[in-house]
This record gives sequence, structure tokens and C-alpha cells, in this order.
Amino acid sequence: MTIRLTLAAVLLATAAPALAATHNVAPGEGAQEALQEALILAEPGDEIVLAAGRYVLTDGLSLDVDGVTLRGAGMDGTVLDFTTQAGSGEGLLVTSDNVTLRDFALENPKGDGIKSKGADNIVYHRIRVTWTRGPHPENGAYGIYPVESDGVLVDGAKVTGASDAGIYVGQSNHITVRNSIAEANVAGIEIENSRNALVEHNVATRNTGGILVFDLPDLPVMGGGNVVVANNLVVANDTPNFAPPGNIVAGVRRGTGILVMANDKVLIENNILSQNPTAPVMVIAYTQPFEDERYNPLPREVVVGANRYDGGGYDPQLDGADMLLAAFGGELPPVLWDGLGSLAAVEGTAGWSLNLTEAGKGLDAAQPGPLSVAAPAGEFDRSGIGAPAALEERLGG
Amino acid sequence: MKRATSLLLAASLALAGSVVARAEFFQPLTVLEQVDDEAVLQGMPRLLSDYGFFNSLSAQTPNIGVTPYRLNTPLFSDGADKHRFVYLPEGTRMAAQGEGLLDIPVGGALIKTFSFDVDGQYRHIETRVLLHRADGWLALPYLWNEEQSDAQLAIAGARLNLTTPAGEAISYRVPNKNQCKECHGLDGAVVPIGPKARNLSHDWLGEMARLGRLDTVPAEANQLPLWEARESANLTAAARGYLDVNCAHCHRPGATASNSGLDLRWEQQSPEAIGIGKRPVAAGRGAGGHLFDIVPGSPDASILVYRMASPEPGIAMPELGKATVDEEGLDIVRRWIEEMAP
Repeated sequence: MTIRLTLAAVLLATAAPALAATHNVAPGEGAQEALQEALILAEPGDEIVLAAGRYVLTDGLSLDVDGVTLRGAGMDGTVLDFTTQAGSGEGLLVTSDNVTLRDFALENPKGDGIKSKGADNIVYHRIRVTWTRGPHPENGAYGIYPVESDGVLVDGAKVTGASDAGIYVGQSNHITVRNSIAEANVAGIEIENSRNALVEHNVATRNTGGILVFDLPDLPVMGGGNVVVANNLVVANDTPNFAPPGNIVAGVRRGTGILVMANDKVLIENNILSQNPTAPVMVIAYTQPFEDERYNPLPREVVVGANRYDGGGYDPQLDGADMLLAAFGGELPPVLWDGLGSLAAVEGTAGWSLNLTEAGKGLDAAQPGPLSVAAPAGEFDRSGIGAPAALEERLGG
Repeated sequence: MKRATSLLLAASLALAGSVVARAEFFQPLTVLEQVDDEAVLQGMPRLLSDYGFFNSLSAQTPNIGVTPYRLNTPLFSDGADKHRFVYLPEGTRMAAQGEGLLDIPVGGALIKTFSFDVDGQYRHIETRVLLHRADGWLALPYLWNEEQSDAQLAIAGARLNLTTPAGEAISYRVPNKNQCKECHGLDGAVVPIGPKARNLSHDWLGEMARLGRLDTVPAEANQLPLWEARESANLTAAARGYLDVNCAHCHRPGATASNSGLDLRWEQQSPEAIGIGKRPVAAGRGAGGHLFDIVPGSPDASILVYRMASPEPGIAMPELGKATVDEEGLDIVRRWIEEMAP
């Protein structure tokens, strides 16, 4: 008993990492059990190291221990192959706090790729999720899927083929998604019902829509806003929408660059937008009827800063496209607003407005005309936006 | 089947009076033993036999303080024959909390064995235990051995091939320790799901109270219909009972599927919250091309029905704990939606 007490005293007195253990897992026979066992038996502070190779997995994995690092030998070196997955709704489920996932890949999960739910202060670093057949409606919904979490850092990730959103952050707070590539998904990067999100230095290409910032009704967490979308390369998002009908992103028009729907205080700045043939930038109210009294369907205080536009909506997937193109001289201006809520744009921003007067009533009342909005009133307040700085420290090595 | 009948008989006998006295009267050679309370309270016992819950493991005859029970409407588990027991340490009792979960004291446990006929032989596949410890509930899965003499801790779960009573060959999944929490997790803690007063009979609760193992029989007991008598029950009650038992451990605030906004608990009265006219959030291809969870009058346009009717991972609901479609449950839910006024 004395020994046990002494040990406990030591544990209390010193930082946990001093006692952290490393669990090594290799591919091959029994890898499913070995990996899952390591994920269950790990103690806070431990690191699970996945040797290079292909892990053929038949069941979803899950981690429910705080402070664990799961590290592979690179996003092309360590591949968790879920092509023959027979159960679970995702490849890897994380439900604990302060977890770091880095340097490995998931291929062909049957549902979502990695879902972290209620997992605060999570880091996804150099993670790849790929549906190898490319766009397909039967691919899983989300590649990287943190939800209901405070503190999310996604850095250097790559997601391809998601039938909903490649990188999807939902109902969360203090978020950074950066240096990542989202290619050939329906939505490249989606921030939904979340606050204080920074989306920067990403490449969104060959998606149906590049970067989406949504706020939806009837969810436990609503009131999305304080979002900065800056310094992203949003190029050639021209893949026909392959989302299964019924999902909200199934309504995203092919060729949407950056889309803001509802939300409060969003800044779109210093992005390069090229070949997004419906609309490089689109700011709209929630389009469906709803009964949730807590919900505000309008985009409020959205700011379009200085972006570089290489052309506008030259092949819009919109009703009356021919008439619109004719009216605007063959190409729609880069910024599309439905006229609802409030929008500001830096001087010289070319755009057009549907001039709607009521949310959720369809486009019948649209009276398209050139965009005429005020310049931003002042500096956008960036305080509190982005993942906590402490998460950066886990990116070394 | 014979085995199940004899178990039921044993159960009713155990309930009919003092467990020890009755058992001694009928089985004079068997001496019931105490459960190992230490095993319930600490460590991760490697074998099911380490707990001493059973006098005969293979026959699933309980030891002292271990009482079998059934639920009015049970969770579907590919047609597994399930044996449920509650263990209460000597001198302790459960406390009723209205229609909700019975409050089981620290040191208590819930035990559930899953059995199938395999090639004409009745076999136990796995036993899941929920142990109430000082720091909360712990869920552990045990996988039975070939000889059926004991079950071993299978912390990472397992897969094995078997044929369901409906005749479908499946790869049966024994959940891993974390997957236990996917269903048993509520607000970050592990909690029991099954023994809610509303889904337990007055008779059983009354007997437990009479034996001093339950403080009182709550007035809200026995609300869910008996599953096998569902055809004579109110259709809404049968369907809502089914959804409560099979879905609401995840689809409720604070649980695994809370972010969906869908709340299928028995007590939830808001039509939107239970899915009527509710759009999906993160259903992905699970929506099956449909716009709403429930479309009154149109089961075939309802995502709820689409997902219940699919065996495919990524679409199928529930995500865990079953590999086949529960045709009986699907039928009830389908008819309930059909009869809803559009």
C-alpha cells in the first residue's frame, strides 16, 4: 500500500508525459484487435505508433482516452484500409479530449472517415482520407468530422471523394482549418453551426462547392458566426453534385466557390477564386421553411474583403441562367448575394443581387440587379477566432 | 428453445420466493454461492466465472443476489436469445426514479448473455457486464469459449460467423469496450439503458420490492407494450416503445447521436424532435434520397424507415449491435408512419 501511495504521489507531483508509454502496432494478421486494444488500454499521455503499411480493417476503431496521440508513418505510409469494413458508422471515432491524430490515412470507410464528437482540443495533422474511386454517391459522407467540440485544429489534411463534405466541422467552437487540400468532394470544407472558425491557406478544388459556411435550424447548437475565410485557393470547383438527395449539400450548385448561408459575422478575404462557374462567392439566407424559433436564417454582417477573382459565373447552374448571362453581358459578376440580411464589400467588388425581400420564399420574387452595398464599417474583429494556441505545440516532430 | 423455457421456469421460481430456499428445495445438491464483490468493484476480471454471478455458467443459473428480469420491449440483436440479470450486493436495494432507470447501488451489476442456435446446438456467444463501481459504470464484453465452459474478456471485441433465427448468415460483432460506451454513453458517463421502470412489469418490480430489493414500485411502471403482444397494443405505443428501446440511447440529448437533433425517447412529445418533417443533418447517403426523417403517411419516403430497412454499414441504423434488418420492428414503425395523418 505504501508503494502504491508513493506512486500516486509521484503521479501528482510530476507531469504525466514523464510516464507516458509508447504502444507499437504493425500491420498484418490481428492488426484490427491489436490496434483497437492499444486504443482502449492506452493511458492519458501515451502515444500509439502505427508502423508503415496497409492495415486491412473490418470494423470501425474508437478512442475514448484523453490525451492520446495516434501517429502513423506518414499519410502515404500508414494506410488504414476500410474497403472491407462490415460495421460501424465511421472508420475512427474519437470521444475523448486532447487527442492528436497525425501522419496516417484512411481509405474507403463505409460511413464517415474520422469522427470526433465532444472531443475538445483535438488536432488532426497530416491526415488523409480518400475514397479511391473518386466522386460517387455511395462514398461516405464526411472525411474529417469534428462535431460538438471546443478547440479543433486541422492542419495539412487531405480529403478526396466525400459525398458530403471533405472537412466538416459542426456545432463546435474555436476552430482552425488550414494548409489542407479538399479535392473532389461535394463540399470541400464546411463549417456548420460553429463559432470562431479560421479557414486559411487551404486548397479547395474539383469539389461541387469549395468552402461552405452554414448555419442550420433544428440542431442542438445554432448561431454560427465569427468566421474568417482567408488566403485560400478556391479553384475549379466544377464537379457535378453527387451528394445523395435529401442532404443539405445536395442543393449546392456546381461551381460554387465560397458559400455563406445564414451566420453572423463572416469575413471572406485575400482568397484566390478561379473557375467557379456558378458563383465564386455566394452569400444567402437559409432557403427552406423552418419552425425553430431560436433560429435566424439571415446572413448578418458578412464582409467580402479584397479577393482575387479570375472571372465570375460564366456557366451558372441557376434557373434562368441564359437570361441572366445575357443581362450581365455573358458572365455573372463574382459575388452573388440574395439581398437578405446584411453584407458589406470593399470598394470595387463586382457582384449582383437577387434583391429578395423575404427568406425561404424561393426565387420567384427575385429582381436581379448589380450589387450595391456599403464598404466595411471598420476592421473585422478577429479576437477569439481560431483554435487555441496551445494546440500548435503538438504539431512538431 | 427448450433451454429458454427452462430458464424462464427457473426465473419465475427464483422470483416466487427466497432464492436460496427454493433452489435448495428443488436442487438439493446445489449450494448457491456468493458473488465475488471485489471482482465487481475493481480490476478487469479476465473470465466471466471470476465474478461468480452464476451457479452454473452454462445453464445461466444465478447465484445469491442475482435476479433474472425481462424487458417489455427488448432491443433487437439479430434475434439473439438474451438472458438478463441484475446483481445487488447483500443488504442493498435499487431505488425507483419514476418511469426512468432503476438506480442500482455501487457494487451492483447488470449481466446480459447473448445466445443462438448454432448448427442445431444452443450456444452462448457473449456476455456483457455493466459493473457499478465507485467511479461510475464500467462496461465489459466477454466472449464464450468453444467448450461453453466460460467466457473470456474480449476488450477489443470479436467477429464470428453464425446464422440468425431468421435464417440469415451473418458476421456477428461482439462489441469492443469503447463500442459499449457508444450506446451506453450519456453526458460523458457510462449508464445502463434497459432497466427503466416504464419497460418493466409491475409483477417483477412488485416482487423485487417485496424482497426488499427495490424501495418502491413507481406508478409510472409498465408503460411500454409487451413486444410479443404488440398487435393488441396501441400502434403508437408499440412503435414509440420500439424506437425508445432501439434508438433513443443514441438519439437523445447528451448521447452519441445528439448532434443529429433527433430525439426518439419515449417521453419526447415534440413532433419535429422525433423526426416528423425534420431534415437530416449528417445522414450522408443514409438519407437515401429522402428529405425528411418521417413523412406522415409515407413510410417509403421516410429516412427512418430507409435506414432501418438497410443492412449496409454507413446506411443501416442502429449502427452497432446488429447486422440484419429487424423485420418485426420495421413493420411496426412502417405501419405507425403509414397511419399518421399527412
